[in-house]
Amino acid sequence: MKIHEYQAKEILRKYNVPVPQGRVAFSADEVPSIAEFLGSEVLVVKAQIHAGGRGKGGGVKVAQNPQEAERLASEIIGMNLVTHQTGPEGRVVKKVLIEEGCNIDKEFYAGIVLDRATSQNVFMVSTEGGMEIETVAEETPEKIVKEIIDPAIGFQGFQARKLAFSLGLSGTQFKNAVKFFGALYKAYEATDSALMEINPLVVTKEGDVIALDAKMSFDSNALYRHSDIVKMRDFDEEDPLEVEAGKYNLNYIKLDGEVGCMVNGAGLAMGTMDIIKYSGSSPANFLDVGGGANVETIKNGFKIILSDPNVKAILINIFGGIVRCDRVANGIIEARKSVDINVPVVIRLAGTNAVEAAKILDESGMDFAVADTLKEAAEKIVSAIKND
Amino acid sequence: MSILVNSNSRILVQGITGGEGTFHATQMLEYGTNVVAGVTPGKGGQSWNDSVPIFNRIDVAVKQTQANVSVIFVPAAFAADAIMESAAGGIELIVCITEGIPVRDMISAYEFVQKKGARLIGPNCPGIITPGECKVGIMPGFIHTPKGPVGVISRSGTLTYEAVAQLSALGIGQSTCIGIGGDPIIGTKFIDAIKLFNEDDATEAVVMIGEIGGTAEEEAAAYIKENVKKPVVGFIAGQTAPPGRRMGHAGAIISGGKGTASEKMASMRSAGIHVCESPAVIGETVQSVLS
Repeated sequence: MKIHEYQAKEILRKYNVPVPQGRVAFSADEVPSIAEFLGSEVLVVKAQIHAGGRGKGGGVKVAQNPQEAERLASEIIGMNLVTHQTGPEGRVVKKVLIEEGCNIDKEFYAGIVLDRATSQNVFMVSTEGGMEIETVAEETPEKIVKEIIDPAIGFQGFQARKLAFSLGLSGTQFKNAVKFFGALYKAYEATDSALMEINPLVVTKEGDVIALDAKMSFDSNALYRHSDIVKMRDFDEEDPLEVEAGKYNLNYIKLDGEVGCMVNGAGLAMGTMDIIKYSGSSPANFLDVGGGANVETIKNGFKIILSDPNVKAILINIFGGIVRCDRVANGIIEARKSVDINVPVVIRLAGTNAVEAAKILDESGMDFAVADTLKEAAEKIVSAIKND
Repeated sequence: MSILVNSNSRILVQGITGGEGTFHATQMLEYGTNVVAGVTPGKGGQSWNDSVPIFNRIDVAVKQTQANVSVIFVPAAFAADAIMESAAGGIELIVCITEGIPVRDMISAYEFVQKKGARLIGPNCPGIITPGECKVGIMPGFIHTPKGPVGVISRSGTLTYEAVAQLSALGIGQSTCIGIGGDPIIGTKFIDAIKLFNEDDATEAVVMIGEIGGTAEEEAAAYIKENVKKPVVGFIAGQTAPPGRRMGHAGAIISGGKGTASEKMASMRSAGIHVCESPAVIGETVQSVLS
């Protein structure tokens, strides 16, 4: 689960990670009182959307005084912000973070993430603050310093010192950086964070070490123990169809193709998307209906898939292992009765009782194309679209 | 021959009295698997379906029944603890079916399993089967064909069944099939399973079904290039998956431009692996490399 920068900074503040003073504003009218509260002449206005690259897209501006901040806020709120992460359609900005300016001396990068190769967390810093870490990793990997955290002992002082020294810090800046890294790791671990990125991490001329930006996302499997973080979810930042599918406990991801797919199991769902592409069409979605595949899930699956106007045909691919195909076939027929389907449907049921299932579908008198193999299913769906 | 499990394996089911545990313990027994014990804390001393003794603790169950393989069906919030109890209790092979275990819990569990010298398969996996001998997990037994020359390793459930069914339809049997799991932290990675199949006399070819996310396929490919003479057939699911989105499995995500299907397929090809573009041709590709 992703959250906004201002929310990440609220969390960091709780764990004693220094962040600039700031408040979120939903309209420009709120800016004067926020400016008064912050007591700073120079203010930064930052668009709050769940995507990176906001600065380059024109979503982050520095104001020399509160009046300018108010004007900038009125321009940014409501704008359609396009960044390399939003896609060409962009994202409408609904709120801005108003922050005090600070006296930047140097900019760095700090990040914590799971290292899948070692199954341990890794703490990374780089002198290349403000740059995309992926670009740094690609072009100048030697500029990224990594510390793997041994779960038996946790993040230790010597590791924090090593990271701070690698940034070339000394004196007060060094001491504050060591403290900062320790606090940051605590925040990461205690919140079951899946990714923490501070980019840029700034060192001020006064010697303070501050998280000027903050990006956090969380392990969705651990949200059950963080009700405070669950409340931070912003549905405006998510695809409405995906939110709707979530209500039915369906694992749905919208794509931009034309074949709607309904599959059991994540791997087979991806494999089905792949074979649609391989056969000359393109998938409209990822949808894993899970092990159940009963009337209710199939019905909801149809509804969600058909809410996407780009869908020209639907491919159902169920491998019945524990779930019997004849039951799935009956489920599809029941669901079909209550949902208005105006596109061709190709069904492929394999596994337990697949023969009986094909018979049930054939005898239903409904307009289904039935396929025995994955290959045949893909061919039938592609020709259904071409003939339509 | 086979790897990791066979007709001598003695299975303990953690969470045997729960809905999932009961259902799959029944299926495993029907397949002929040697289920010797169940563990549900608080229900020790009872008997499951009048056939399998239930224990409160793993260590006691191991002592009394000589169980050496455990399979876990407990809810996600308690599954990491269940893994660690198995490792502490002397179980050699721990198969964790449970999906949705928090990463923080798995970091500790993974570490502890290594320290105890046990092997973990999963979590978030269908389990492991040596066809005709021993089924430890939730896969449908009947699609498999015993005493065959092909080892199967996969991060997915139903996609593995698809591949196995293709093999069986062509009359090609399997030595052992392992679902290694779709999570970012899993106990047995491709490279570990490849090593075992490489040393197994009965296995003549290996099917490796990967998916987007992480670099485990690339690491396995590098190992195969240097060490494996047996033919390997591969498929990567998620060639059409968009970056930054979790495709069902917690570990199936392209992040920071890394973990794409095309990268994985390229490194597998350069290691001499027979990479299938389509999941529909896994069986026939195996048939052609075997002949």
